[in-house]
Amino acid sequence: MAEVGNQTQAARKPSKVPNNYPIIRVRDVWVSFGSHAVLKGLDLDVKQGEILGFVGASGGGKSVLMRTIIGLVKKQKGTIEVFGHDVDRLSEEELHAIERRWGVLFQHGALFSSLTVRQNIQFPLREYLNLSQRLMDEIAIAKLEMVGLPAFVAEKYPSQLSGGMVKRAALARSLVLDPEIVFLDEPTSGLDPISAGEFDDLIKALQQTLGLTVFMVTHDLDSLHNACDRIAALADGKVIATGPIGDMLKSDHPWLRAYFHGKRASSRLDGKKA
Amino acid sequence: MAAQAVSLNRKEEAGKLVLEAAGRWISSFAGQIERLVVDLETKRAKSAAVSIDASHIEQLDTAGAWLLERMRRDFEGKGAKAEIVGLDPRYKVLLEEVKQTNTGKDAEEQRDHNAVEDTLGYVCEMVVGFVKDSAEFVQFLGAAVVTMGRVLVRPWTFRFTSVVNQMDRAGFRSIPIIVLILFLIGGILAQQGIFHFRKFGAETFVVDMVGILVLREVGVLITSIMLAGRSGSAYTAELGSMKMREEVDALRVMGRDPMEILILPRMIALIIALPLLTFIGSMAALFGGMVTAWLYGGFTPEIFAERLRDAISWSTFWVGMIKAPFMGAVIALVACVEGLRVQGSAESLGEHTTASVVKSIFLVIVLDGFFAIFFASIDW
Ligand SMILES: Nc1ncnc2c1ncn2[C@@H]1O[C@H](COP(=O)(O)OP(=O)(O)O)[C@@H](O)[C@H]1O
Ligand SMILES: [Mg+2]
Repeated sequence: MAEVGNQTQAARKPSKVPNNYPIIRVRDVWVSFGSHAVLKGLDLDVKQGEILGFVGASGGGKSVLMRTIIGLVKKQKGTIEVFGHDVDRLSEEELHAIERRWGVLFQHGALFSSLTVRQNIQFPLREYLNLSQRLMDEIAIAKLEMVGLPAFVAEKYPSQLSGGMVKRAALARSLVLDPEIVFLDEPTSGLDPISAGEFDDLIKALQQTLGLTVFMVTHDLDSLHNACDRIAALADGKVIATGPIGDMLKSDHPWLRAYFHGKRASSRLDGKKA
Repeated sequence: MAAQAVSLNRKEEAGKLVLEAAGRWISSFAGQIERLVVDLETKRAKSAAVSIDASHIEQLDTAGAWLLERMRRDFEGKGAKAEIVGLDPRYKVLLEEVKQTNTGKDAEEQRDHNAVEDTLGYVCEMVVGFVKDSAEFVQFLGAAVVTMGRVLVRPWTFRFTSVVNQMDRAGFRSIPIIVLILFLIGGILAQQGIFHFRKFGAETFVVDMVGILVLREVGVLITSIMLAGRSGSAYTAELGSMKMREEVDALRVMGRDPMEILILPRMIALIIALPLLTFIGSMAALFGGMVTAWLYGGFTPEIFAERLRDAISWSTFWVGMIKAPFMGAVIALVACVEGLRVQGSAESLGEHTTASVVKSIFLVIVLDGFFAIFFASIDW
């Protein structure tokens, strides 16, 4: 394990990505399952240090795009660059080094059910670094408290947590190596509005403290308003629009109008005005 | 690797201890940094004021920030006045965040383990577990019988399709492997018999031996053990993962009894399938014995059949067959009880699946022993 630690140290240098070059650059990506094409020539840029909200219909392929970027789903065509490297051109080792620089929060948390929360959070530390047990414990507790969970949760098993706590614990695990990018798949779905609001604040705070870039799949209009710097909308396998929330609200695209000015969205806006 | 990625130097300045932290204080070097911090602590002189100079830190993340903070706390804990100065403003927020963690106000104590205590605890747990198991099996069996009674009174609630489906999966699809295994066992028994009986010229008794052994014991035992491993484990895993994902609870809140929908069909399927499989398997074993006797011992099939007719009676056949449904019930019972005991984790699922197979094979053999005593006493 010590060797792994040393090898990956090299990759941990501040990114060599030129200024203004997108930290994630997706070009003409096609993904299909059998005859069912999900992504059809999708283009997307994520800028360094921003929180990008990714919206789209349920079953539209948001999770698929996220999983394609992190290499869990094979694309049929197209290029994906992360940190300025084309992921297809990297050797296994280089890819592992890059994987260490991002953290992933899966839609259902994906905490290891047979490990306690503390062990879950420590898992990446144990795999990648050679640290004393004391330091790992302290880092795990620090992360847990940073995502807003009390320290006693550390000794619980995932099955003993509520849905919101699972999400937070999973976020703590995805952040434990202080990644440069985090991918969040519907982090606030299934949370009460207060927790969801806190989660947004948390993501923003973490972005500011850790200098994170955040790729967030979400349906939560409040998250889109409060947390996201920019929004990308997916429809029919392509990104149909990107821009700050103001642009989205002004857009004439029928799908965007339906999404942002639909019944739920407008009742929310009305509520704000009232 | 950079020669000196991180460093921590100490200086005395006007009665004040100054610690100069420099380099990249990030997770990748956390092990190294921690060693520096610990080294420093062991050889540190008493000092009333400590200032941790962070102005040479090029890069900082949570782990590094925590180590700075930990150092500061350690000095404070020893009664010194310690502060972190000169940190790049962009890392201020991070340090503030980290300062609020690990305050230990609601941490849960981790328990120390003691070998003797643990062993004693383990033994006690096993005994209690055994008593609990027995109680639970009996209770579960009772509940199953009550449900069966209710279904008998209202036969339209009987899940016929489900039973057929389970029989297909647990019974029909195990035919090939059971036939194969029992065919081989029959052959091996016959070969061993011929080999040893030949020494005192009693080869023909091989037919008696194979016939009685297969029909009374081997057929039903091997079939039960195979089904415990093949279908019992599947039952436990299925029910266990349904339990894990609250599917069992979902059934319950929809006013459906999991006992009636999930468990009864499985039990009935095994109770019906096991005798049928035992019969098929026993026939395969006899056939295996016959083939071996023919090729290896020179008995023609006619002679074999003739001998067999003399050697066995209906009771020999029934002894095996009567046992089969009970074995099926035991296997299904254990499998379902273990499945419903699964708790949230994947590990627990594995544990209970193993327990299901081990316990059902054990119970099958114990039950077989009781049957042997019973049949001996009624002279069958
Ligand atoms: N592993 C898979 N095999 C087949 N189809 C899949 C797979 N993963 C996703 N899909 C399909 O891709 C589409 C997009 O799914 P997904 O990305 O999960 O939607 P969402 O945008 O709600 O996250 C859906 O139609 C889904 O059925
Ligand atoms: Mg999804």
